Amino acid sequence: MRTEDLIEALAADGAPIRPPPRRLAAVAGAGALVALVLVLVWLRPRHDLMSAMQGGMFWMKALYTAALGLAGYLAIERLSRPAGGGRRGWLLGGAALAVFVAAGVVQAMRSPDIQAALHMLRGHSWHSCSVNILILGLPMLALGLVAVRGMAPTRPVAAGFATGLFAGGVAATVYGLHCAENTFTFVALWYSLGVLLLAALGALLGRWVLRW
Amino acid sequence: MTETETRLKALMLRGLEGDASAYRACLALLGARLRAYFARRMAGAPGDVEDLVQETLLAVHLKRSTWDPSQSFTAWAHAVARYKLIDHWRRRKIRQTLPIEDHIEFLAAEEPEPSVGIELDRALASLPERQRILVSDVKLTGLSLAEAGARVGISEGAAKVALHRALKVLAERMRHAD
Repeated sequence: MRTEDLIEALAADGAPIRPPPRRLAAVAGAGALVALVLVLVWLRPRHDLMSAMQGGMFWMKALYTAALGLAGYLAIERLSRPAGGGRRGWLLGGAALAVFVAAGVVQAMRSPDIQAALHMLRGHSWHSCSVNILILGLPMLALGLVAVRGMAPTRPVAAGFATGLFAGGVAATVYGLHCAENTFTFVALWYSLGVLLLAALGALLGRWVLRW
Repeated sequence: MTETETRLKALMLRGLEGDASAYRACLALLGARLRAYFARRMAGAPGDVEDLVQETLLAVHLKRSTWDPSQSFTAWAHAVARYKLIDHWRRRKIRQTLPIEDHIEFLAAEEPEPSVGIELDRALASLPERQRILVSDVKLTGLSLAEAGARVGISEGAAKVALHRALKVLAERMRHAD
């Protein structure tokens, strides 16, 4: 076929196009909704949700995980475009993680003895926290990878990582409705681990899936 | 060089607003630049140049929403071309590295004559008959989409959907061509 003929066919196709921010917003909305349904029917919200929402730690957790999700969004919004880099997102995500890890370390060091510090680190749900976040984030990761594949990422591993970070941040924020842990030490370790697991899985899958 | 960027960008912006002739002109200008770009880098396989030009034009068309109009259009198109070239080498298992070049260089070159692509025809032949007729009617006879749709017995709306789907399938098939 001659290239001019192809151009005629392309010019005749006026299908509406949706820019990346709108597609990613749809992914976040759908992903958060699925995670919310899972928390409601599977994990159940924490019993003291109403009173917890009056306290500062509930919102600190939400702020942290939302910052991680926003970092993923900022990175993927650029990485889903040719020649785009994820620097803004990495900076925000790295800063949020550093602040929470520092707060967690300080809190653990202030505890009276090593047993108390270890207790804080384990909380009541260390064995399930990261895995729960991973599971809650899987549907959004899948939706995100499909959406990003429809865009034009030229760095598949980084784009997959950012998609996982985006999904992990949203999932961990919704998970806060179930999880009653309220120390920086616990959140800095297990929440971060759950989010990073999703990001790592995204990077791994991105290598294969994000080709176009 | 920057003159080309100014022209390309202006045409693309008008194309995105629905001006089909500006869009056609944009793709034609871009196609010539792509041909020069690939020809310089694929001296060992000149027969593949036109295929790659066509695959890249399809990608530019289908992925055009990922261009941010506040950014350089040339830099965006160059990144798409670069990605398609590296992907082509990867598929052919050719070990070759592409130096990180400036996108300005993407615009600077003599223009080789267009040849005929083969892979697109192969991909086209694998489409369902109705979609195939639609694509070839629009391209060959310059029929409007409504007229081309009428010839295969579907409405203009259905023809729009079918054409878009056909182009997406073509892009996907070309990617798996080798």
